[in-house]
Amino acid sequence: MSAQNVLFDAPGPRARRRHAILTVVGFVLAAGGVALVLWKFAAQGQLEPSMWTSLFTADVWTAYLIPGLINTLKASAISIVLAIAFGLVFGLGRLSQVRAVRWVCGVVVEFFRSVPVLLMMYFSYRYYSNNGVFTNELNPLAAVVTGLTLYNGSVIAELVRSGVFGLPKGQAEAGLSIGLTEGQTLRSIQLPQALTAMLPALVGQLVVILKDSALGTAVLYPELLQAAKDIGTAYSNTIAAYVFVAVIFILLNYGLTVLAGRVERRLNRRGRGPRKGGQTTGVVGAGTVEAPIDDIGRKGLYTGDANNR
Amino acid sequence: MLDLFDKYAIFGAFWMTIKLTIFSAIGALVIGTVLAVMRVSPIAVLRRLGTFYVNTVRNTPLTLILVFCSLGVLYILQVNLADPKSPTSIVDNNIRWAIVGLSVYHAAFVCEALRSGVNTVPVGQAEAARSIGLTFTQSLREVILPQAFRGSIAPLGSVLIALTKNTTVASVIGVAEASLLMSEIIENETASLGVFLIFAMGFVILTLPVGMLFTTLSRRLAVKR
Repeated sequence: MSAQNVLFDAPGPRARRRHAILTVVGFVLAAGGVALVLWKFAAQGQLEPSMWTSLFTADVWTAYLIPGLINTLKASAISIVLAIAFGLVFGLGRLSQVRAVRWVCGVVVEFFRSVPVLLMMYFSYRYYSNNGVFTNELNPLAAVVTGLTLYNGSVIAELVRSGVFGLPKGQAEAGLSIGLTEGQTLRSIQLPQALTAMLPALVGQLVVILKDSALGTAVLYPELLQAAKDIGTAYSNTIAAYVFVAVIFILLNYGLTVLAGRVERRLNRRGRGPRKGGQTTGVVGAGTVEAPIDDIGRKGLYTGDANNR
Repeated sequence: MLDLFDKYAIFGAFWMTIKLTIFSAIGALVIGTVLAVMRVSPIAVLRRLGTFYVNTVRNTPLTLILVFCSLGVLYILQVNLADPKSPTSIVDNNIRWAIVGLSVYHAAFVCEALRSGVNTVPVGQAEAARSIGLTFTQSLREVILPQAFRGSIAPLGSVLIALTKNTTVASVIGVAEASLLMSEIIENETASLGVFLIFAMGFVILTLPVGMLFTTLSRRLAVKR
């Protein structure tokens, strides 16, 4: 908290009074918000204990929550593996010595980064089921994995590229000067360092995949969000079911975010984290918002509280 | 392929996408700015509230937020955003709740973008401002914020692009925008690659200029250091 004092002087008596008043206002705002929600819930009978206790019966878990969670994790796990493979191929393609390869990979990556994931899911679902590419049961999963892989693979391709660009020039020069070819330098010197540096961003991408897997509900994939809908229909406790599933999502993703932070700090301690100034500047195409933002101005002015860095 | 344009209101669907984007962008910018101010304020409670909001919303799937807005808030809690007696009340309600959901979700990212802008300002700037005797408000107004806004243009552009693409999620609650029309067409006609490419190119056309504009802006307005 001491870093806070860069922006603010130590408060005098008047400022302290002002802060006290604003603190009370903050509490009132928070309490008011909570009260409003509870009041609305109560008005429609959503606070009945039975609505919430039914979530903790064995049936709900074995029939809905656990299968839903497994399906969500399954789609995410397959997608992240395929996305990394896709990202490596096209990320390296964009660094190729051959102009045509570079160009084709660039177009593919930019295209899939700017097309909405849901659009790809709708299309691939319909395409797979019309042409019988997979069995009927597998089609929704395949559609979800296709959408998530193409989009996140493109984002990872960009991570690979910016990771390599972020390395000090001396690394490539040293490789070339000891007689390695351009390709060898990339493979054995630049890529390993870039991959370690992009590890935190990769874990962050996992959050995006996990969240976007909820889009699967649009192509009838029985994932966690769909499970919430089904619970709501079966037990007529829609609100409770959604709130509960939201909590599961938040805990999972928050855990991953914390993990990403840990990995990053660990890498930084060993001097192998993402290097400053090497990140691509400018608007991050259609990419996710989380990863690039956290890399900007790590040494800049520091305001928020320490827990969130 | 071209007769699809006669048969279906493709441009109309994209117009809905654009409207969703613009209104949600305004909403997200307003909420996000308030959150960002809360998160850098000296009041611990406000800071915690801002942090809580960002951490909660950022880790919730957008699909869940929109479905909750529609099924939960609109149909069960009966919070109407349109006159229930008007003939278009169902459609209007869905559109408005989609805008609310999109705004609420992207506000968390706008907040982080603005905060990252504040983080680009070197510590020395704030120290210098204080050392020449500027008050907190003055230093914020004259020194920190002008630089911070210029530093957050690029991440704000990323948020706007993500928002444009995320408007497709509104199709899950039945808002008639581009992706819903596409799924209708491939259901009625054929799931040909051409149909997908038409809609995909629509989104490329919508997002590409925005990306280029914001990149140029952020380069041109970047504070030279």
